[in-house]
Amino acid sequence: MAHKSILVVGGGVSGLTAAIEASEAGSEVYLVEQKSYLGGRVAQMNQYFPKLCPPNCGLEINFKRIKQNPRIKFFTLAEIEKIDGVEGDYTVTVKSNPRYVNQNCTACGKCSEVCPAQRSNEFNYGMDKTQAIYKAHEFAFPMKYVIDDQACLGAECGKCVAACQYGAIELDMSAKSFNLNVGAIVWATGWQPYDAKKVDYYGYGKHENVITNVIMERLAASNGPTAGKIVRPSDGKEVKSVAFVQCAGSRDENHLPYCSGVCCMASLKQATYVKAMNSDSKVYMFYIDVRAMGKHEDFYTKVQDDITMIKGKVGEISEDPVTKDLIVQVENQLTGEIMKETVDMVVLATGMVPATSNVPDAIAYDEDGFVVSNPQQLGIYGAGCVKKPLDVSSSVKDSTSAALKAIQSTVRR
Amino acid sequence: MDKKTGVYICTGCSIGDSLEIESLSKVATKEGKVPVCKTHPFLCGPEGVALIKNDIETEGVNTLLIAACSPRVNYDVFEFDSSCIMERVNIREQVIWSQPANDEDTQMMAEDYLRMGLAKVKHIDLPEPYQGENMVKTLLVVGGGLTGMTAALEAAKAGYKAVLVEKSPVLGGWMNGLFKQAPRKAPFTTPEAVDIAELVSQVEANPDVTVYTGAEILEIAGAPGMFDASINQNGSTVKERVGSVVLATGAVPYDPAKLDYLGYGKYENVITSQKMEELASKGKILRPDGKEVQSIAFIQCAGSRDQEHLPYCSATCCVESLKQATYLKEQNPEANVFIFYKDMRASGQYERLYQQVQKDGGIFVRGEINGITEDGEKNLLIEATDVLSGATITTEGVDMVVLANGMVPTTALGEDIAAKADTEEDCKEDAGPKPEIIRKSNLLNLAYRQGPEMPTLKYGYADSHFICFPYETRRTGIYAAGSVRAPMDELSSVEDAAGAALKAIQCMESSAQGVAVHPRVGDMSFPDFAMSRCTQCKRCTVECPFGAINEDDKFNPLPNPTRCRRCGICMGACPERIITFKNYSVPMIGNLIKSIEVPDEDEEKPRILVFACENDAYPALDMAGINRLKYNAWVRVIPLRCLGSLSLVWIADSMSAGIDGIFLLGCKHGDDYQCHFIKGSELAEIRLSKVSETLDRLDLDSDRVRMDQVSITDYDKIPALLDDFAKRLDELGPNPYKGF
Repeated sequence: MAHKSILVVGGGVSGLTAAIEASEAGSEVYLVEQKSYLGGRVAQMNQYFPKLCPPNCGLEINFKRIKQNPRIKFFTLAEIEKIDGVEGDYTVTVKSNPRYVNQNCTACGKCSEVCPAQRSNEFNYGMDKTQAIYKAHEFAFPMKYVIDDQACLGAECGKCVAACQYGAIELDMSAKSFNLNVGAIVWATGWQPYDAKKVDYYGYGKHENVITNVIMERLAASNGPTAGKIVRPSDGKEVKSVAFVQCAGSRDENHLPYCSGVCCMASLKQATYVKAMNSDSKVYMFYIDVRAMGKHEDFYTKVQDDITMIKGKVGEISEDPVTKDLIVQVENQLTGEIMKETVDMVVLATGMVPATSNVPDAIAYDEDGFVVSNPQQLGIYGAGCVKKPLDVSSSVKDSTSAALKAIQSTVRR
Repeated sequence: MDKKTGVYICTGCSIGDSLEIESLSKVATKEGKVPVCKTHPFLCGPEGVALIKNDIETEGVNTLLIAACSPRVNYDVFEFDSSCIMERVNIREQVIWSQPANDEDTQMMAEDYLRMGLAKVKHIDLPEPYQGENMVKTLLVVGGGLTGMTAALEAAKAGYKAVLVEKSPVLGGWMNGLFKQAPRKAPFTTPEAVDIAELVSQVEANPDVTVYTGAEILEIAGAPGMFDASINQNGSTVKERVGSVVLATGAVPYDPAKLDYLGYGKYENVITSQKMEELASKGKILRPDGKEVQSIAFIQCAGSRDQEHLPYCSATCCVESLKQATYLKEQNPEANVFIFYKDMRASGQYERLYQQVQKDGGIFVRGEINGITEDGEKNLLIEATDVLSGATITTEGVDMVVLANGMVPTTALGEDIAAKADTEEDCKEDAGPKPEIIRKSNLLNLAYRQGPEMPTLKYGYADSHFICFPYETRRTGIYAAGSVRAPMDELSSVEDAAGAALKAIQCMESSAQGVAVHPRVGDMSFPDFAMSRCTQCKRCTVECPFGAINEDDKFNPLPNPTRCRRCGICMGACPERIITFKNYSVPMIGNLIKSIEVPDEDEEKPRILVFACENDAYPALDMAGINRLKYNAWVRVIPLRCLGSLSLVWIADSMSAGIDGIFLLGCKHGDDYQCHFIKGSELAEIRLSKVSETLDRLDLDSDRVRMDQVSITDYDKIPALLDDFAKRLDELGPNPYKGF
């Protein structure tokens, strides 16, 4: 007999969508997310292209859908240990990692006020710090604090325990494993930014003012480490000239042979962040092809007039040791002429790597690491960027489609 | 229902330290005369929740008012018997976290919110779901191509019946004309055989899919769960009752006759990409004069990305031309293949196909085509300007030129109905929002007052505006999928088909249960029309963004509850205030306004009423509190389902109650609108433009009412917005109606 439930792995926009869409058609859904909050990478974005609207707006609606839907049960700080079984009857072992903060937490914040320890804030890519007991971000859902056990001083400190009036902090909480019986699995673990250090000639990690596109989102966000001011990491100086370097890893046999699909639009969008802050800023975009598909062409048409578009793959980025300015060297593809532009900051359009490092054996993936569905072995479906490079809208579409496939697996036989 | 109200005040999270709880309780007990009022230091803890549950069970409390944190949190904790009315009073985020502790004004604010909560529970009832008649869960799919067949089959596999209507005599659509299809799996280097016949036979063999070929939709009347479709098949009419609709009528190639500047129609060896598929299907690629094609040039963006033709990118043509390049290279590896392009858009893993064609010797030229000419042997010479160098290059004569001529959605075809309606009397009378663009494309033939087809967004696509909700639709229960929704390739269309099918299934399930679909999923309330007071003014039918309301011959509104999205825009539009929801109505909000205690003029405590969109502005106000941003103490916030549900009578109510100013916080509108009900905030602004008349009549300055657009992340700007408004009100002096 088939189990009615569906397991969705990954609580980013793809997983959230798959879970909500399946449940709104009547299915029982378990949603498992590794981080302490739902929303994934979109929660770290400042704006979406091409509307330049805040991702939190859509997330708010999605969280509202979860709140009023008794058919979704979600687990944060959880990961998949094992998948056994076949379509219609899987046993999945889920490991729930300790939050050290229980349901009693009211998010009043008294704990954080007294916490003496700090940790690097990965939500802002390490650009600032939080206390060891922290709220992942302002819009965090669920709105509960969490302790970073690497940074926490432990029971000997215990200041937060004393400060919490609600008995919400349990420093001795431990990891627990439990089993779920489900009929289908949607695998939506998303993506990682390609490690920009691997493209060593672009100097990320060496030159302070070379950043990546995901970091740019946090710099531009009003709830980011700089309160939305786009400034140079080296000296906090407001940025007056920026070079966007496309395909920093993507479309390159030595790195990612595929195109990451979103970086062109993302850089055009980020160009508007720079221009919105200071319309006199000089923005360069170095590209191979601008891939503004479909109606996104309108956005490209609009933005390109405000910036300098240069077709050419950037060869090398060097740093002026005194000013920390960056010199971007490009070979014009046709003339062979070498161009050099000096800018305050470089944003590398690093691509997407499917997040498949933790994939159980039950799931297959292709030579680029993207999850593939085996038509002979139905029951497990990839969705979103773990399946192919997609923007937000396409991820939502893909996940809605995966939700239907999962429902089919629960009603077959 | 006989209400027995219990008020529960949480004193945790510093609420108890910041407010005089005893005085607050007196608002409930003395003013509100509620039989039960309790406080607890940790109301969301097990003991607090048990306290409430116990009162429900033993005291018969059935109306709960919880004064604590924002309703955005602890929604799961404060969840009680569904037969109870439950409301939250937000005295944490929007009072003590945004106001100074132990301050007279903070106390007054908390007390007002409690009064407003009491007024609300007094004037609402529990909604009961709408029950339609003879509801079905059969999906109608219009269009029998790849997308339509996939939608029907995927729905059937999930246990639903489907009716598939295809105009042409055979299923398969666009795919029938292809020689090969673009690769669908890794390594994405080699085109695949077309397997549409396999899908056709699956569809035809599926007992849950009823197929009508050679058929057209004559009419679709009704509403989700109970649409009645009349289908004309070979002259005879069949009726099918269906629950929801997937529109999958696809796209057509951009008319090559408009591409004469590229030599189409002038030179016989300039062909379209569709013709190229046909030629390749026949075996050796030959010209009409029989000459074997040894050299070929593909012209990308023939029509697309061109303001004179199709301003958008057709998204598939680069990969299609790469695919077609392999046709020739396979027949003759030595053949010369030129591809003239603006940008090669082989997105994602299609990059590997691009790399493959480059390896196989394809010659890629980035340039603008200046012109194409023919030599004496009917070979074609292409003159192009290299975009970067500015140099002009001319090819040697090629045997054939293929125009990658892009796509146009079927919804873009036909006469523009809105343009016609503009000339009619009833649409001229006031400056409303931009009318919907509906073309008479003869696809759905909806028997809707608002027009027979799906309203389209830009360029005729029946697409959603929302990035996070690509299946958002302005006709409830009708979902566009595939290349009629946006330019897309086969892989993408297949996913889109399944996604749209799921949305259609949800709509049927929700309609059967009498609850709303996105974005107010599960909402049981629906608008009730007190028809005896209707003046047939048509505001409700015109303003509903979802075309939910039809009209009879005498212009009486005919509501369709399963088409309704429960935004309340009709309620705000109705000048006679005949439209109400059980738990949301003009008098209900009016009573909230009247419950606010307005101090006398000499107390110098003005009052600002904020109507906030509950989806964005209200959470933004919460966020201000969470960040402990202090804002003006005169403010009282009323969340609205959508700012479009704003009734102008509330402005009059507020002014006559002595409130000094009204601030509307809604979502961004215009081209990049963020209103989840499409034009709610815009409609509110239009309504507001008419309010100055009312204010004049009352001898009040129109500056007393202001509107701003805020997004959920604008919380850092909200305090300044409110302060600035307060400053203006200060200049204007107190509302002269105070104390009346």
